[in-house]
Amino acid sequence: MTINGWIQVALFCAIVLALVRPLGGYMTRVFQGERTLLSPVLRPVETGLYRLAGIDARGEQSWLSYGLAMLTFHALGFAMLYGLLRLQDVLPLNPAGQGAVAPDLAFNTAASFVTNTNWQNYGGESTLSYLSQMLGLTHQNFLSAATGIALAVALVRGFARASARTVGSFWVDLTRCTLYVLLPICVIYSLFLVSQGIPQTLGASIEATTLEGATQTIAIGPVASQVAIKMLGTNGGGFFNANAAHPFENPTALSNFIQIVSIFVLGAAMTNVFGRMVGDERQGWAILGAMGVLFLAGVLVTYASEAAGSSVLNGLGLAGGNMEGKELRFGIVASALFAVVTTAASCGAVNAMHDSFTALGGLIPMINMQLGEIIVGGVGAGLYGMLVFVIVAIFVAGLMVGRTPEYLGKKIEAREVKMAMLAILCLPLMMLGFTGLATVVAAGLAGPANAGPHGFSEILYAFTSAAANNGSAFGGLSGNTPFYNTTLAIGMLVGRFFVIIPALAIAGALAAKKTVPASAGTLPTHGGLFIGMLVGVILIVGGLTFFPSLALGPIVEHLAGTAGLTFATGG
Amino acid sequence: MLASLRPALALFVVLTAITGLAYPLAMTGLATAIFPAKAAGSLIRRDGTIIGSSLIGQSFTSPRYFHGRPSATVATDPADAAKTVPSPYNASNSAGSNLGPTSAALAERVKGDLDALRAENPGATVPVDLVTASGSGLDPDLSPEAALFQVARVARARGVSEDRVRDLVAAQVEGRTFGVLGEPRVNVLALNLALDARLRQ
Repeated sequence: MTINGWIQVALFCAIVLALVRPLGGYMTRVFQGERTLLSPVLRPVETGLYRLAGIDARGEQSWLSYGLAMLTFHALGFAMLYGLLRLQDVLPLNPAGQGAVAPDLAFNTAASFVTNTNWQNYGGESTLSYLSQMLGLTHQNFLSAATGIALAVALVRGFARASARTVGSFWVDLTRCTLYVLLPICVIYSLFLVSQGIPQTLGASIEATTLEGATQTIAIGPVASQVAIKMLGTNGGGFFNANAAHPFENPTALSNFIQIVSIFVLGAAMTNVFGRMVGDERQGWAILGAMGVLFLAGVLVTYASEAAGSSVLNGLGLAGGNMEGKELRFGIVASALFAVVTTAASCGAVNAMHDSFTALGGLIPMINMQLGEIIVGGVGAGLYGMLVFVIVAIFVAGLMVGRTPEYLGKKIEAREVKMAMLAILCLPLMMLGFTGLATVVAAGLAGPANAGPHGFSEILYAFTSAAANNGSAFGGLSGNTPFYNTTLAIGMLVGRFFVIIPALAIAGALAAKKTVPASAGTLPTHGGLFIGMLVGVILIVGGLTFFPSLALGPIVEHLAGTAGLTFATGG
Repeated sequence: MLASLRPALALFVVLTAITGLAYPLAMTGLATAIFPAKAAGSLIRRDGTIIGSSLIGQSFTSPRYFHGRPSATVATDPADAAKTVPSPYNASNSAGSNLGPTSAALAERVKGDLDALRAENPGATVPVDLVTASGSGLDPDLSPEAALFQVARVARARGVSEDRVRDLVAAQVEGRTFGVLGEPRVNVLALNLALDARLRQ
């Protein structure tokens, strides 16, 4: 580790923190339907859209109608993306002549993008047409991100309201988030990315004659517009196979830095939206504080481990950290920071190959996802995931002192705790259940590229990433097979909707409750005690659930590597 | 469910048109107008032909050129479409090696490269980036140390003094952005172009 490295980390934290209040304030205005700076331009588009769709902008929905509206919308998105991928060979904007995507891969990719996962079993430049990238992927990137934010806002309204029957309108939240938040930022952001060297063209691949006279075919395309939303919306699906490690997706140290900031910025600002809407910004900062503690611990472990390098390679006389799978322009620190941020949020873009990280360096991304990506988290998804943990933490605190737990003046009762546990339990069920299955059936065992404990880690990482809707991978795993395409898609769908629906049910139940005034016996939820309590509950729940699986993968591998053991495939 | 079909359909169609077509196409137009060279891929031309992109590394094997980092990209085997063969710096199929820290294959590959480099430049420490494959397989850069490591070989192959080559390397070193971000680096293609331009024998 170097001083410069920690300065880069500190600079990152400072910029994200500085953006929390301004963006939080702006987004609060957007979701409360107030006038904003962009209203003169966007308001006519918005009202035109409502008129066309027959939406009453002031009409609100119960949690159930809100959820059904969201599901209907997703079903449409799923059907369109699947159709687009299956038919891309006969549709326009396909200069490279890519063939139709196979049914299992199309199913996997559609599930992947609708759920904001963006798991890449497809090869980007080698599989998809420009039309599929734009109309299919870019479009889903916007809408799955907007949906995540909308749902978080609905849950926040549940806390903020008293004796209410509704939690907002899905249509209005979706439209306003897309038009007022995501699109304007993406327009400026794309132009910045092009200024750094990211291509944005509809032209076909380029044939170059290299200095040594060989032919190099360089894949290109409308990259910048997709990269902007893939980072901002914590989607993470790459235009290219190598994702943000590809020089055309992430050409400079500056583009890299801004990309890392853009993964976190909306998620972090959502904690401020929460604070503002419940009428006490300190509540938002407390949540962000708990996230920050977990985040910095992760950065410390991954950075230290990558800077120390692999014991096996160091044994051959290498020094200077683990550079296998990393790009030189980013180096160790910016790769480690990116890996922790992309898995803490549900982004899943990668600027280095996680599969080649050291055992402990790769352990942290896995833990980040297994905790449910609540450390800032996916746009919206991180906040509602964290609030689910808050409910459990408050419940535990209530048990310890023998009082009915309450949070922000709402009594937390059996129904909310049940729903919270349902949302928490579906993740280990998908992650560990499918990992167990894949390690005993031949189709699963055919997947890993590495032998020994690292092969197990590849499988565990895949299902962890899918159920957590992250989308990053230990890329050696051959996931483009009917077995993995199907099981991973199921993991993604369950991991998304079986968290969303309980979270919405909690929103509905909370909105209907009366607000009780704070008393001397109320646990203050904006101080260090509460932050410590919350972090403790998260680590205990996550630790007890996942430690055994981590012990079989990265922890064994770390010990084996320290002892100088290596593992050969096919032997 | 039925009541929500009209808003769902209408919003879906319009938002699809805005985010999936209007936005990328408008960005393509704007980017081409404001940053035409960068939007087209930062291509480098010499004597009228495209020789590559300044952002994309290319494969160098001749001792007269500086070599980039190992690349793990592959291409379809011309003899059997179901298989792949190594194809370093294949810019239409980016990839890393995905070999883990305890992989025997990785340890063997690194050992082989280390032995070859140590034979070429005995006594010098081999910089880590010269024996590790990049994440994309298209890394355009080397660390300044990795470029300097190759100076002796390039000077020998071109029959010029090491000092002249070393000066060229020094002129190509880019520092950290704003003095803070990223790592110091040398663009291999730019360095080799400078080499050809200045030391044409």
